[in-house]
Amino acid sequence: MWKRGTLSLERKKAMYGILFISPWLLGFILLMVIPFFQSLLFSFHKLSLTSDGYTLENVGFANYHNVFFVDPWFIRSLTEAVSNMALNLPLIIFFSLFTATLLSQKFRGRMFARAIIFLPVVLASGVIAKLDNGNFLAQFIGSATSDLEGNYSGLKSVELRPLLLQAGMSIEVVNYLTGAVDRIYQIISKSGVQILIFLAGLQSISPSLYEAAKIEGATGYEAFWKITFPMISPLLLTNTIYTIIDSFYNNGVTQMIQDTAFTRLDFGISAAMSWVYFVIISAILGVSTYLISKRVFYYD
Amino acid sequence: MKVFGVVNATAQAAVHWYNRYNPVEKAKHWLWVITRTVLIFGICFIILYPILTKISIALRDKQDMFDATVVWIPRHFTLENLETVIGYLKYYESVTNTLWLSLGTSILQLISCALAGYGFARLKFWGSQYLFAIVILTIVVPPQTIMVPTYLHYRFFDVFGIYEMFTGNRGVNLLESFWPFFISSAMASGLKNGLYIFIFRQFFRSLPKELEEAAYVDGAGVFKTFARVMLPNSVPAIATVMLFSFIWQWNDSYFVNLFAPNATLLARSLDLLPGVIRPEYVGGVSHTSLYLNTGMLLGILPIFILYLFAQKYFIQGVERTGVVE
Repeated sequence: MWKRGTLSLERKKAMYGILFISPWLLGFILLMVIPFFQSLLFSFHKLSLTSDGYTLENVGFANYHNVFFVDPWFIRSLTEAVSNMALNLPLIIFFSLFTATLLSQKFRGRMFARAIIFLPVVLASGVIAKLDNGNFLAQFIGSATSDLEGNYSGLKSVELRPLLLQAGMSIEVVNYLTGAVDRIYQIISKSGVQILIFLAGLQSISPSLYEAAKIEGATGYEAFWKITFPMISPLLLTNTIYTIIDSFYNNGVTQMIQDTAFTRLDFGISAAMSWVYFVIISAILGVSTYLISKRVFYYD
Repeated sequence: MKVFGVVNATAQAAVHWYNRYNPVEKAKHWLWVITRTVLIFGICFIILYPILTKISIALRDKQDMFDATVVWIPRHFTLENLETVIGYLKYYESVTNTLWLSLGTSILQLISCALAGYGFARLKFWGSQYLFAIVILTIVVPPQTIMVPTYLHYRFFDVFGIYEMFTGNRGVNLLESFWPFFISSAMASGLKNGLYIFIFRQFFRSLPKELEEAAYVDGAGVFKTFARVMLPNSVPAIATVMLFSFIWQWNDSYFVNLFAPNATLLARSLDLLPGVIRPEYVGGVSHTSLYLNTGMLLGILPIFILYLFAQKYFIQGVERTGVVE
């Protein structure tokens, strides 16, 4: 075809580009695409391990039937995971935006505060959360409360409830708010990355916008809603997606999928479960992305 | 007249004083500073509280457990719990193993993701933007979706059936070794690798084009330019990805349980700890709790120490990779 010497720089770069991404491409095909379709295949089969491989036996939709109508726990833990996510998502987004706004201001010890707030991202591990379940002693120190994940926090909304109820709020709203206070540790520890993303966004807003607003006589409150919020709205989308993915990364459902495969050795059912799970997550992500991106404001 | 004059002068003085010192603005400012300090202090306290309790519990003697007057400061300091739990966890062995595993995977991921990131950022070819969209999509797929095939893939490891063709057996069993981790890392499809490729691509795009052009004019090839010019200039991105991949691999228990459930790794030892220190083995619920807290403290300790030294890079790295698109 061409001699090497006659390659234009563009063409050469394109060739090198393919070369540079080839490790990823190979991995993607071998470890992502093939397993992805294999897993779909397994979900319609009964898989049994033999000494020199595995055999597949076609069972049609039996695995899916099992997941939806026979297994007593799967649908329950799935709805629990989804509703937990839906409850925590607005709180996490609100809290991380609030904290990022606080941290973006200049004050003494700013770096120190940032380091502490980012600590849960580094130390958050499922193992620690799991171990914390059996932690009796820590619960005696301070009147600690245990949430679902066994994280204890010394905070409890004792006075808040009657106060809000007497103020005439409806019981659901009060439950939601007090629940949020009781789960504060969980929410804070899940907001580390989101806070940083918002911080990066806040620092990229040009100060001249705020100066102009100040000259026109805008209050700080107005400046936040008219400048900061629209400018940061693309990141609301980023953070929503991140939070959804993060909450589905490790929960009761994923535990179930693993147990089904490796303790009950029902590989087919496990594959079916994971596909149901994947479809649900994709649907949630798709819908939320669509709803938010309609309202996002892009500043050019 | 005179009275008016006095009043007038007083009013003027008052106005002058007000303009100079502006008490309302000052009060607002200080109120805000106090509120902000209280809020930030509270948030930091909530985060540090569990760690502080763990430290307090790990350092106390067993007799302090039943002493109602001991809340935070132990009356009898002891390192006994630490010693016991280090024995239970096979601490040194599991930390060394986890260290090697995390180092190996993070270095391999660094190489493969930097190559891919540079390829996507500067070496455009037909279809590369679609491939990059796929990279972002891979972040969304939960690893559990492909869990069973992945497991079988490494149980009978074989590249396109070559091994079977030569030997007649169904692949090599790579489970219970670090190979699955290393193979997937070398192919940039390990833990959260889509994110690292994204970070590298963003960073390489932010570097000035003149750097490469100068290198090309001086007669360097594409690869040499990448290794000699681009990589030395991308230390922040390298530090960020390195730290993230190291720490996430360290904390990961999902892949460890999938690929190497019997290896002596920290995540695994911590998983087994509650079974070892059941109340009936160690003499009561309180002892179990004592060892459990100590175990958790030991589990987060190495990362905590690393974080003390590297937190600056972490926070700067995340801020500078410009997730702002």
